[in-house]
Parts: sequence; C-alpha cells; structure tokens
Amino acid sequence: MTKAIAISGLTKNYPGGVQALKGVDLVVDEGDFFALLGPNGAGKSTTIGIIASLVNKTAGRVAVFGHDIDTELEAAKSCIGLVPQEFNFNMWEPVSEIVVNQAGYYGIERGVALQRAEKYLRQIGLWDKRRVMARELSGGMKRRLMIARALVHEPRLLILDEPTAGVDIEIRRSMWQFLREINQQGTTIILTTHYLEEAESLCRNIAVINNGLTIASTGMRALLTKLHVETFVLNLAQALSSAPAIAGYRLNLVDETTLEVEVTKGQGINHVFDALGKLDIEVTSMRNKTNRLEEMFMRLVETGQL
Amino acid sequence: MRVSAQYNAFKTILVKEVLRFARIWVQTVLPAMITTALYFVIFGNLIGSQIGNIHGFRYMDYIVPGLILMAVINNSYANVVSSFFGAKFQRHIEEMLISPMPNYLILLGFISGGLARGLVVGVAVALVATIFAGVHLNNLLIVVLVVTLTSSLFAMGGLVNAVYAKSFDDISIIPTFVLTPLTYLGGIFYSIDMLSPFWQGVSLVNPILYMINAMRYGMLGVSDINVGVAIGMICAFNVILYAFALNLLRRGVGIRA
Ligand SMILES: Nc1ncnc2c1ncn2[C@@H]1O[C@H](COP(=O)(O)OP(=O)(O)O)[C@@H](O)[C@H]1O
Ligand SMILES: [Mg+2]
Repeated sequence: MTKAIAISGLTKNYPGGVQALKGVDLVVDEGDFFALLGPNGAGKSTTIGIIASLVNKTAGRVAVFGHDIDTELEAAKSCIGLVPQEFNFNMWEPVSEIVVNQAGYYGIERGVALQRAEKYLRQIGLWDKRRVMARELSGGMKRRLMIARALVHEPRLLILDEPTAGVDIEIRRSMWQFLREINQQGTTIILTTHYLEEAESLCRNIAVINNGLTIASTGMRALLTKLHVETFVLNLAQALSSAPAIAGYRLNLVDETTLEVEVTKGQGINHVFDALGKLDIEVTSMRNKTNRLEEMFMRLVETGQL
Repeated sequence: MRVSAQYNAFKTILVKEVLRFARIWVQTVLPAMITTALYFVIFGNLIGSQIGNIHGFRYMDYIVPGLILMAVINNSYANVVSSFFGAKFQRHIEEMLISPMPNYLILLGFISGGLARGLVVGVAVALVATIFAGVHLNNLLIVVLVVTLTSSLFAMGGLVNAVYAKSFDDISIIPTFVLTPLTYLGGIFYSIDMLSPFWQGVSLVNPILYMINAMRYGMLGVSDINVGVAIGMICAFNVILYAFALNLLRRGVGIRA
C-alpha cells in the first residue's frame, strides 16, 4: 500500500541552536486519519513545516505518496493541502479571492477555481462571507477559511496543525464531522491537536513526539488498551477525614468529599463500590480524572514509555 | 507543473498584483503624476526658461525622458518591495511557497506586477508631460526596451530588498539612500557635458545614468553615452539580478525557516 507519508531520521536545527527535531520517524498510510501528538515545543509544527516545504530540513528523508521532497518536490507539494497553526492569509483580501488565488497557485484554471471555491466555502459554511475581508472573520471562521483554502486543489493528503485551537465547541464538532466526511471520501488526514478528545474521537492511528523524537506510533485502539491505570474521581455525600483503605487499590482523598481511585487494568471498579458501600460511604457522582488518552499521554511524555 | 498550469499560476499572481495597486491608485499612480507636474512647473517652467536649450531641446522637453524613467524606477521598485514584504510579513507568501509553483515563476509573477505598475505610471507621467512639454518619440523600440528592462530590473531590486527587510523601515532604506541619490545624479535634469571631467568620470559609474540616457535617446535622439552600451549594460544587470533573486528564493532566504 502507498504510504501517504514516510519520514525517516528527520532532524532540524534552527539557526540559533535549537535542535527542534532529533530523529523523527513517521509512516502514515493512505486513507488514514492520523493524529500527531506531543506537548508544546515537541516539534510537531516543525515536522509539518518540513513536509510542506516551509521549513528546510537539516537531515533525513521525507516522501509524500512516494515522492521524495529532495528529488520530486513539485509532485510532493501537489499532493498536500496545509492548514497551518498560525493564520497566514492576507487579512486585506476578501475570503473568496484567497481561496481562488490559492487554486491559481496550484495551476488550476480560473473558471474551475471559482467553482471549487464555491463548493468548499459552502461546505465549510463560509459562502455567506465570501466578499468579506478576511480580517473581519471570527477566529473560528478564519480556521475554516484555511481549511477551504487547503482543499481547493483537492489534495490527497490534508494536514491540519491544531485546526480547532480557539474554536468554540459547537463549531469544533461540526468541523470534526466535516473532516470525517472528507476522510471517508478518501483524503488522508493528519492532524495535531491539543484536545486529546479530538484525537480519540477522530483518529485511527497516532504518533507521539516529544523533544524532537518519535516516542510512540501505533493504532489508537491498541494504544488505549495498553493504558494500565485509569484514575476516577468520586464525589462523596459525607465528608471524610482520611482516605479509606481498599485492598488492591490506591485511594487518595483530595478534599473532604472528593476521592480519587486508581484502577489498574483488569481490576474493574465494582469492587470499589462494594467496599465503599460496606463502609457506609455514599458516592454521589463519578468521572474520569482526565480523558484516557490524556492520561496515557502524560505517562508517555513523563516516562517515555507506557 | 505543466505549461498550462504554470500559465494559470503566473496569471494569478499578475492579476492579483495589478488589482492590488489599481485598488489603491491614489497611493500608487497619482503621486508620481503630481510630483512630475511640480517638476515641470518649478524646474521646467520657472528655472528652465533661464537655462535655455540643451542639445537643441528646450529644458522642459529635455527633462521629460528622465522624469518618466524616474517614475518607472520608483514605482516598479515600490510595487514589489511593498507587495513582497507584505506577503512575508503577513506570511501569505506561504500560499505560494507550499504550491508546486517553481521559484522562477514566483519571481516572474512579482516582476510582472512591478512591470505593470511601472508601465501604467510611466504612461500616466508621459500624459502629464504632454500638458507642459513636447513629448518626442525618436525610436519607439528603444523606448519600450529601456522602459521594460529598467522596470524589471528595479522590480527585482524591490524583491531583493524585501527578502532582506526585517521591518517596514527596512523597505525604505534602499530607495532613500541608494535609489533617490543615483536617480537625481543620473542626469535627469542635466547633461553630463555640463560637468567637469572629474564629475563626468564619477557619473559614469552610476548605472542609472545609462538608463536615463538610453531613454533620452529613444525619445529625443540625443544621449551622453553610447546607446548600445547602455542597453547592453541594462540587460547584463537584469541577468545578474535575476540569477541573484532566484537564488534567494531557492534558498528561502528570509522566507523559509
Ligand atoms: N523559526 C524558529 N526558529 C527557532 N526555533 C524555533 C522556530 N520554530 C520553532 N522553534 C523551536 O523548535 C521547537 C519545536 O517547535 P514546534 O515545532 O513549533 O513545536 P510544536 O508544534 O510541537 O509545539 C521549539 O523549541 C521551538 O521553540
Ligand atoms: Mg505547533
């Protein structure tokens, strides 16, 4: 199967001495919906910048659908649609012109470009705003403008660098739905995000980079089942002065009426409730301490392993 | 990219650039017309009448070619320096950088934008000149050649300036400290015959002198220097600056991390 992205040994030293990438390896299959995760400064945007040829790499290989960016740059570029982390359109240009011109840069004839711009601006809900200057759009609309712009040449691979940062929850959900549809129609998608819930809900495969190194690259489901410990937060009806003891579980009293329970994989949580019931401790509600992926992610970044 | 795709991409930049300066014509086209009119009133009319003829032309008529070319130079330069720096500053240059457009096409696109503005302003200034002075035409081919080559040269100069500029202040350094002095000393308002041999020699290292004289030959048929040499030089400068600017884009100086 063709690999949408094949990266090996990618390094990047920025002038000034920052070693942003120290050896990133990454393979993304065609048709995948792939999450690239990592804490701030991990090197996600740098990796994406190199793929899209906005950043010159120091060493390593990058191929996009088999086109090496060193030898077949134009072919590689034609396959990619990019939604960068920062707004990078002309604020003094009307919305539709931004999209139509981008199509033009890809060599698309103007008549076709106009049709495509209409299609994607309608799909993304910006058609009403087509004559508005870009600077007048809200943050969420600006993000969506960049998505329409990235799709106008109908790329095989769509790369989104934190596309939902600063986008309110409702719009975020509709963007997710839109991206799912695009993916189902065959476009490979890679995204980076801070909202791990987003990665969990959208992506099939995932890579985690930290400090410029790939520390995990696997299936989302496989990753989640590898998660050993999950922490639940229980809200109690009565105040306690110390955490009760339940054999086999670690309990931690956060405040008088809030109890955290670490449940190891395979243990189940029923036993905790039984034991608490016997102690006459009434649980009024319960939630996950963090999203499961987030927990796994924290562990990965802290320890480098699962 | 296929040739037809390249054509579409090039046209996109050109149209965008033309619309950009056309929308703000009050800032881009009008100022040169007003300045030229002032030059004619002050130098041509008031002072020029005291000077008499130069090389057989009224002073008023003698300065027309230089004034037109000065407007072409300033506007070609200004168009590209502000457009390219703006694109770099707001980062929408990335729209072109991620596209499969080859670097030379990006370069040609910006040059053509500068050329378009240079030509529009050149014609506008020539029209103003007809109000005050006689606009002669000795050799249309030479005029077209000189205007086009000079315009493209300074358009590329604007691009190079924009590549290195780090702030909006930086984009006025070359116009203020290099372009304006060289233009004024390039013989717009005088013939170097009027200078002492020493200053004549100094003037000869000023490339703009050659451009203005070639233009004057195209319009009036008189020149302080050999027109063939002048045009050859302008061509050579174009080739050198083209290679230099293309290399900057290729290496991504100032635009790629
Ligand atoms: N243009 C640049 N010049 C110098 N250092 C940079 C530049 N861009 C990013 N960096 C540094 O490289 C590292 C990785 O940054 P980045 O790729 O943006 O991380 P992420 O997107 O994962 O947050 C950081 O330490 C950042 O400060
Ligand atoms: Mg980033």
